[in-house]
Amino acid sequence: MKTIKKITHLRLFLPIFSMLLVMAVNIIFDIVNGNAVFNFFTISVRNGILYGRIIDILNRGSEAAILAIGMTLVVSSSAGTDISVGSVMSLSGGVCCMLLAGFGNANVSEYAHPLWMGLLAGLVVACACGVFNGFLVSYLNIQPMVATLILFSAGRAIGLLLCNSTIVYIREPSFQFLGGYCGFMPTPILVAGCCVIIASLILKFTALGMYVQSVGINKNAARIAGYQSRRIIFTTFVICGLCAGIAGLVATSRIYSADTNNIGLTLELDAILAVALGGNSLGGGKFRLSGSIIGAYTIQAITTTLYALGISSAQAPVFKAVIVILIVTIQAPAFKAMLAKRAAARSLAAHKEVIGT
Amino acid sequence: MDDRVVLTMRGITMTFPGVKALENVDFTLRKGEIHALMGENGAGKSTLIKCLTGVHDFDEGEINVDGLDGAIRNHSTLEAQKRGISTVYQEVNLCPNLSVAENLYIGREPLTSLHTIDRRTMIKKAQALLDSFELEIDAQQNLENYSLALQQMIAIARAVDMECKILILDEPTSSLDDHEVEKLFTLMRKLRDQGVGIIFVTHFLEQVYAVCDRITVLRNGQLVGEYLITDLPRVKLIAAMMGKDFDDLAKIKPENCTNRCDEPLIEASGLSHAGKIKPFDLKINRGEVVGLTGLLGSGRSELARAIYGADRAQTGTLKVKSKNVKIAQPIDAMKQGMGMLPDDRKAEGIIADLSVRENIVLAIQAHRGIMKLLPMKEQCEIADKFIDLLQIKTASRETLLKQLSGGNQQKVIIARWLATDPDFLILDEPTRGIDIGTKTEIQKLIVRLAEEGKGILFISSEIEEMLRTCNRLAVLRDGEKVGEISGDMTQESVMHAIAGGEKS
Repeated sequence: MKTIKKITHLRLFLPIFSMLLVMAVNIIFDIVNGNAVFNFFTISVRNGILYGRIIDILNRGSEAAILAIGMTLVVSSSAGTDISVGSVMSLSGGVCCMLLAGFGNANVSEYAHPLWMGLLAGLVVACACGVFNGFLVSYLNIQPMVATLILFSAGRAIGLLLCNSTIVYIREPSFQFLGGYCGFMPTPILVAGCCVIIASLILKFTALGMYVQSVGINKNAARIAGYQSRRIIFTTFVICGLCAGIAGLVATSRIYSADTNNIGLTLELDAILAVALGGNSLGGGKFRLSGSIIGAYTIQAITTTLYALGISSAQAPVFKAVIVILIVTIQAPAFKAMLAKRAAARSLAAHKEVIGT
Repeated sequence: MDDRVVLTMRGITMTFPGVKALENVDFTLRKGEIHALMGENGAGKSTLIKCLTGVHDFDEGEINVDGLDGAIRNHSTLEAQKRGISTVYQEVNLCPNLSVAENLYIGREPLTSLHTIDRRTMIKKAQALLDSFELEIDAQQNLENYSLALQQMIAIARAVDMECKILILDEPTSSLDDHEVEKLFTLMRKLRDQGVGIIFVTHFLEQVYAVCDRITVLRNGQLVGEYLITDLPRVKLIAAMMGKDFDDLAKIKPENCTNRCDEPLIEASGLSHAGKIKPFDLKINRGEVVGLTGLLGSGRSELARAIYGADRAQTGTLKVKSKNVKIAQPIDAMKQGMGMLPDDRKAEGIIADLSVRENIVLAIQAHRGIMKLLPMKEQCEIADKFIDLLQIKTASRETLLKQLSGGNQQKVIIARWLATDPDFLILDEPTRGIDIGTKTEIQKLIVRLAEEGKGILFISSEIEEMLRTCNRLAVLRDGEKVGEISGDMTQESVMHAIAGGEKS
């Protein structure tokens, strides 16, 4: 009983529990359908490429996971959210494709500029978006949601403008690498993995975590203690922009085109949800990066599971919503308090019974 | 006698993770009395109050309120208010961006026949209420336009207006000056005569003896005893609170202040911050404790903030160790070897959700910069060292700061600055809301730091405390430094300097 209590009190218990719950649904579904019990976990190699539902989740969840890194920092430091990341993804993909294809060309099989230049331009533009957001939030004191609303609506439109209002296709195999395969492994998994590792290393070996959390919890106290609160909030927005840029390039490469209307659509919401599912307060302050990452993959697992269950993509959001409600309710402090109270009442009743007999 | 009892608490027990905050505590409040609840930091005063008002859910015990059948257990302050128990806390818990009238009637606004808020009646009633307390407050102004002291009076007015039987005042006087305290006492006596039972939690012994009828003393979460004020002279009260006799406070200051050198540490000339503090000159030598005195709102904190860069000084120059420096923000000041303990602990001091360890190493980390994380082992060593040195009462170094009592939080912030080993330390009301034992410790610490050759700028509302520790006092009036007093300082001469126009 005590060990159970200990486990449930671990900080990452709920995100991991949610993940396991989704997996359990998969297993039950497989059994009902007469598939092998661990069909969900099976990874096979076909045509020299990894296949399996797990691989699918990891692959498709890459963008959300990358975004979740930046979003976690933004939420922690500013107690607000960056809702422009989806648009910035699309803009960064658009800039990259526009450069590679040359302005005005909609369908090319040869680069107009070298690949690195396109990728770099995409990242630089994304960082610039982060700088813009960060400036508005930290130096002009505009609420994060309002400040990022500007690029939320403008980013996608600018991307479309740069692409001459069409979908720019780049049919050059090397462009597809980022969203395709690296050997047998889907590249997005590797990209997301690298991002997560780099972010974790930075958090482990620099004081970024302490800076961000201190500012997020009490901006004024942090300032008196020598932290440049504004600069730190600003930095988190730039990091968030960079993450959006990387995610945007992956998404663009996946479909080897700059479909500015669809890349990263509503992905900002997934990123925010990932932070919340990870057990991080959207009110800012303390954060756990690992929680957010698990959260991001949980969201993807839900989506993939729903498709596997044969629910059409049009109806999937309804079921997704139900699952999210369940998970979020379990994590809510009020709900936890209610459970604790009931447990206390029960133990009290048991206690009384013992005394009575 | 018993028919006059309005509140009994019996066998209250409350545990926090790792700490037994209250153990079998009894408390009795009679009708029409002012009852002081005394004890050191962490003795359980606030916890007991919070058990009564429903902020905390206590583990064992029984609370009975006169006129209500059976034991009660409040689950929220709202529930407590409905049962006639109102509280005014140390920190004002009102909404600064609402008007005074709205704050007074929030949650119980007078309604029109259409069930909309009847603003006219609300403002009229609010103004009448404020006038009855002889407060010069416009009910239509936003709360934030008034000083912390007036906000506190408004909070009390609000509590009183809710026809309470039991009024709890938790450190209400810590942000009031003498004049305002006297006003509050008049109000308290008036309420007592109307039959309200008042629980008064405070650290100021003088105030207890000025206004209270009875004292209950707690120590380490346990009841020491209940006494009539006439039966318990001051010395005995302190002994009861501490469990031992304490050092004679007057003996802190070293008899001869000759050992301090005349090497100037801080030289400010013409520093000012628009609208808050007029240009001033101030020189602080190594090994010197300089006090800033003046009425509340006279610009004491603002002067210190201008030196530290918490509020950027618009004019003037600052020399640190005889070198001209530019200070635009606190980190610049820190690099010059300064540190500042701000007066508003909750808003500018603590990082509540971080652990004690993280709060202690916060300023050192800022010194090192973001790239050089202090290794975990060193963080723990530093934290342990200061927890030990300042005797911070905490379950462990990883306990969240918000779980500590106010006085211990203050010690953590002091530790934060001591850890950086500053040359010059600004202490703005370091002893506010702190029990007498810790107060003495902090005062001793200040004197010791000065002996080590540091310069201290010390701000306190208690003149006695300043006299005990400071070598020199700078007097402020209406945002202007009007003079300095040194040498033979007495309470009278300081009062005189604060009040009257003689410049020295």
